[in-house]
Amino acid sequence: MTKSLPSVTIVRKIKAPPAKVWAAITQPELMMQWWGPDAGPTLSVVADVRPGGRFSVVFRLVNGEEHNPTGIYQEVVPEKTLVFTWDFPEAPERESLVTFRLEPFDGGTDLTLTHEHLPDEGARKSHEEGWRGLLDKLPVFLGDCE
Amino acid sequence: MVKYQASDIDRTFSALADPTRRHVLLRLKDEPGLSVSELARPLSLKLPGMMKHLDVLSDAGLITRAKTGRTVSVNLSVGPMREAMEWLKRYERFWTVSIDRLVALVEEDGER
Repeated sequence: MTKSLPSVTIVRKIKAPPAKVWAAITQPELMMQWWGPDAGPTLSVVADVRPGGRFSVVFRLVNGEEHNPTGIYQEVVPEKTLVFTWDFPEAPERESLVTFRLEPFDGGTDLTLTHEHLPDEGARKSHEEGWRGLLDKLPVFLGDCE
Repeated sequence: MVKYQASDIDRTFSALADPTRRHVLLRLKDEPGLSVSELARPLSLKLPGMMKHLDVLSDAGLITRAKTGRTVSVNLSVGPMREAMEWLKRYERFWTVSIDRLVALVEEDGER
């Protein structure tokens, strides 16, 4: 587990087969329908789903701001694994990594999404224990971080 | 959405990636103002080793050091940590909403 990386993990049980979920996360016309953090529209999707292929999504928030995350597909195993980088335009040498994992279960799909920030190679190697543990304890002390 | 100094937050994440340094931060949370040797002792680290870790934490802005006579006391500084947490929260929100919509889309399709 890479749980110790500074990462966001989301797990969902979905009542739809992996093939359907896979289509929704890889086909631009379907990605248009869900990608985005609020009710604002998704404006365009490029998804060249093969290792080395590019993704680029433009979405507009309800408040009018537009964002354009881009990245490169790293690993593509149909109906199982989709891994792509999520780049930071302000720091092209840095990136984060998004992983979708699909596992079939009777009547549906277990989806696990991880978005991790990759500081650098050295740091990646030394993450054996709870990064999260630290973050869990800190709010007490940060107090007003919300 | 991705509005922060990437290089600063990278430094924070890198600094936090080491168990010794996390240990130091947690100790400083409970016992602010410890000296370098007090920090090094329970970890059985030599002073130069501890100094290196403190340099990393200091470069990331996670601690401050103050010299009083011959003693250097170390304190936490929380700004950058807060930024790192905000990074996580922002993406957590982004994906939570997006995935909710993804689930709604594929499940609704299934019932048609």
